[in-house]
Amino acid sequence: MPSLQIEKQPEADENGEPQYEITEKTDLAPWGTDANLTTVGQPVPRVEGIEKVTGRAIYTYDVRQPGQLYARVLRSPHPHAKIVRIDTSRAETMPGVRAVLSLENAPDIDWYEDGKLFQRTVRFVGDEVAVVAAETEEQADDAIRAIEVEYEPLPFVVDLAAALQPDAPRVHYDAEKNVSGEKTYERGDTAAGFAEADVVIEATYETQTNLHNCFEPHGTTASWDGDRLTLWSSTQAVFEVRSQVAEKLGLPEHHVRVIKQHMGGGFGSKQVPWKQDVFAALLSKAAGRPVQLMLSREGENLAAGNRNATIQRVKIGAKRDGTLTAIEAAIELETGAYMVGGEASDVKGIYETLYRCANVRTSQTGRYTNVGPTVAFRAPGYVEGAWGLEQAIDELARELGRDPIDLRLQNYADTEQVKELPYTIPDVLRRCYERAAEISGWQGWQRSEPNGTKRRGIGIAAHNWLGGAGHAPGYAWVKLNGDGSADVVTGTQDIGSGTRTGLLQVAAEELGLPVDQVNLQLGDTANGPFAPVSSGSATQATIGPAIRVAAAAAKRELLHAASQFLEEPVERLSVRAGNIHVEGEANPVATVAEITNRLAPHMIFGQGSRSPNTTEKEIRTFGVQIAEVEVDSATGEVTVLQLYSSDDCGRVINPTMVESQVIGGVTQGLGVALTEERIIDQRTGIVLNANLEEYKVPTILDIPAITSSPIDVPDPEANQTGAKGIGESPIVPTAPAIANAIYDAVGVRIYKAPVIRERLLDALAAQNGDNA
Amino acid sequence: MNVTLRVNGADRTLALEPRRTLLDALRHDLQLTGTKKVCDMGDCGACTVLVDGEAMYSCLLLAVDCAGREITTIEGLATGDRLDPVQQAFIEADAFQCGFCTSGQIMSLRGLLNDNDKPSEADIQRAVSGNLCRCGAYQHIVQAGRRAAELQAASGGD
Repeated sequence: MPSLQIEKQPEADENGEPQYEITEKTDLAPWGTDANLTTVGQPVPRVEGIEKVTGRAIYTYDVRQPGQLYARVLRSPHPHAKIVRIDTSRAETMPGVRAVLSLENAPDIDWYEDGKLFQRTVRFVGDEVAVVAAETEEQADDAIRAIEVEYEPLPFVVDLAAALQPDAPRVHYDAEKNVSGEKTYERGDTAAGFAEADVVIEATYETQTNLHNCFEPHGTTASWDGDRLTLWSSTQAVFEVRSQVAEKLGLPEHHVRVIKQHMGGGFGSKQVPWKQDVFAALLSKAAGRPVQLMLSREGENLAAGNRNATIQRVKIGAKRDGTLTAIEAAIELETGAYMVGGEASDVKGIYETLYRCANVRTSQTGRYTNVGPTVAFRAPGYVEGAWGLEQAIDELARELGRDPIDLRLQNYADTEQVKELPYTIPDVLRRCYERAAEISGWQGWQRSEPNGTKRRGIGIAAHNWLGGAGHAPGYAWVKLNGDGSADVVTGTQDIGSGTRTGLLQVAAEELGLPVDQVNLQLGDTANGPFAPVSSGSATQATIGPAIRVAAAAAKRELLHAASQFLEEPVERLSVRAGNIHVEGEANPVATVAEITNRLAPHMIFGQGSRSPNTTEKEIRTFGVQIAEVEVDSATGEVTVLQLYSSDDCGRVINPTMVESQVIGGVTQGLGVALTEERIIDQRTGIVLNANLEEYKVPTILDIPAITSSPIDVPDPEANQTGAKGIGESPIVPTAPAIANAIYDAVGVRIYKAPVIRERLLDALAAQNGDNA
Repeated sequence: MNVTLRVNGADRTLALEPRRTLLDALRHDLQLTGTKKVCDMGDCGACTVLVDGEAMYSCLLLAVDCAGREITTIEGLATGDRLDPVQQAFIEADAFQCGFCTSGQIMSLRGLLNDNDKPSEADIQRAVSGNLCRCGAYQHIVQAGRRAAELQAASGGD
């Protein structure tokens, strides 16, 4: 039966074209709170585990095609310059070199706003100037060094605070004060709100630039067969890469196949199609051989995305009894040199929604700078916003002499106040507070006795991350084989988060098959229906329900066939653990394999799509974290001892995968709090730590004991599986929880992340100065 | 120049540029792509292999310097379908997510367990302190280290 519903909208779009709302309704009853599930909810081991521990998992970097060449990128050493002359002639004749592309010979392809694939003006250190393909990586490196480029340096700005000054150099000529975009929001009357406040907290919080540092860099292997192109791309979005490459190269989409099987991390940075897909395709075409272009570590850190730095001017008013009366947040955020299309950073959102407050005014202004473009990084915007808001609320609790959990609960929001919609589970954040307090033994702030120069402290932070809901569209197929096994096919991708396992459990549950009788295929545009980009912690909640619909359709067909073979009414039949059961009979009457075997070579096939989300309610994921730290006031060393995390992701499909996501998010959050910060030399614009030596990601010796306690309340109004994503949310509250714990320990507030020793010691010195 | 490398128990003679690292020789000349390249400058440990039983960064070794030494990569750990206790423990503890650092983590712990079959938690942490994990699986990696020691002891050593 056709399922597409198309409704013409009353308003045309800005080009006068009619707009349609397209939905695909499916009618599968949700797995409710009391659903009796046997596979979903179990700690099924990661299905690709054996491939990964044996080194057999093939990542993009591991693709080896016959005759494959290796490519390298020449990058601008200047933050802003005009290319006066480029001479690739010497590079072209060097040993092993098979193709060179630059401004001089590349096709005219649009890129980045109104830019081009190669541009005469380079706008950041790391901007692409030329690419070379050679027999070996070393030969490609040699050739890159042999390209002569004459640059005319231009004025530049590499600092967010400097970029917004009226006399700052312009990154783009037409962008006054380097504004890349502006959003504002207002409800109520903040002036009136502050007028009725007894206490006002006012501070400026700053967050740093974090580098994703995906361990597998961005990159692609391209191979042509006539006019058909295959790309193995390290991407979070195989279908987006396909459509973009097809468009840029003038190919029909069915002539481009994009494959992504295993990926060494993305964290948001691989959600947009970057230049290297097209570079690799063009080099491969020119050389007549497959070409692999993987970014170097430095290139990865210069030119493949980063988390936007922010400056947040925050003002919060409250009555003496703790009621919030007004919230204002004026936010500046760094865009980098170009808008690449992956800027989803909603810094102001958490200020507007986490607490009940009638009077709120926010603004968010993006500013171009001469640094690599920013792109979404795990919970983009909320990580930054939580750093400010959750410290400000902590300051308010101190000012009012209130327990920080009590104050937060007093201002609890059970509706999303911007859209004015209730949350699907209005009390789940409350449960997160209760759980976090319980597992940490929370007894409020209790100043412990110092141990020499060391003092301990405790801090809390909460969040209501806007991701995790999933969305339409998204599709899946389920095929039953003659031996009773099943193949589940979807076009989504596993970005390293456990997607294969979680989706397979949904399929096995609905089919009534053991997990080892189900195979899941993904990550190939030629062998699976459309799935959207893996971002916003959406994949489980987007594709899971589509798979369940497909599995239910296959199961209906199976039972219809079984009913005829077994001569039993279909209403009395069910499938469990690979067996067909008749209602009221203890033992199974047949195995699934017996039915499918009798059918073969006729096959059973189901397809499924994702229904749209409810428009009546807001679907979010929530969490609360409590950190315990020890601060050495002599050295400025911060040791995080314990980190308690209680998280809402609806129904937990797989507790092991959820715990891995939580400890991973917390560990990255620890980097945000204490160690990770891109450093740029202000005089030259050169990034000083575009590597894993001086850009400090946490090591195994840095982590606290992390206690993860998911709430595990199914959210059947979110979708019929009741599950939401958990990929991003655990990183959101970690840094402010740690900052609040540091304040509790030593009484100084660090406004700029990360809390490196220099900042902490400066603050402690200022505190001593005040006391002296 | 010609160099004979002994990798996972087999001698392989390769014609290599002297500047080729052991990592690139494994990944490109021997198609052993289980060993990963991440930083290519000795910062992250993803390229860790065993050289004469000891965990080393293969990106910091020139292939030509490894002639005559016993090199073991992740592909050489399992015996047929029987996983090494460290590999088995990584699956049981879910000690990875994306898996890109996993080969290096496993080789570092294999190096530890070669020398010390009853490692303390501090021993385990120190053994992988030069192996970064961007997905942040460390807590489970420590658990995997403990579990690997148990599995190894149960199998009578390795």
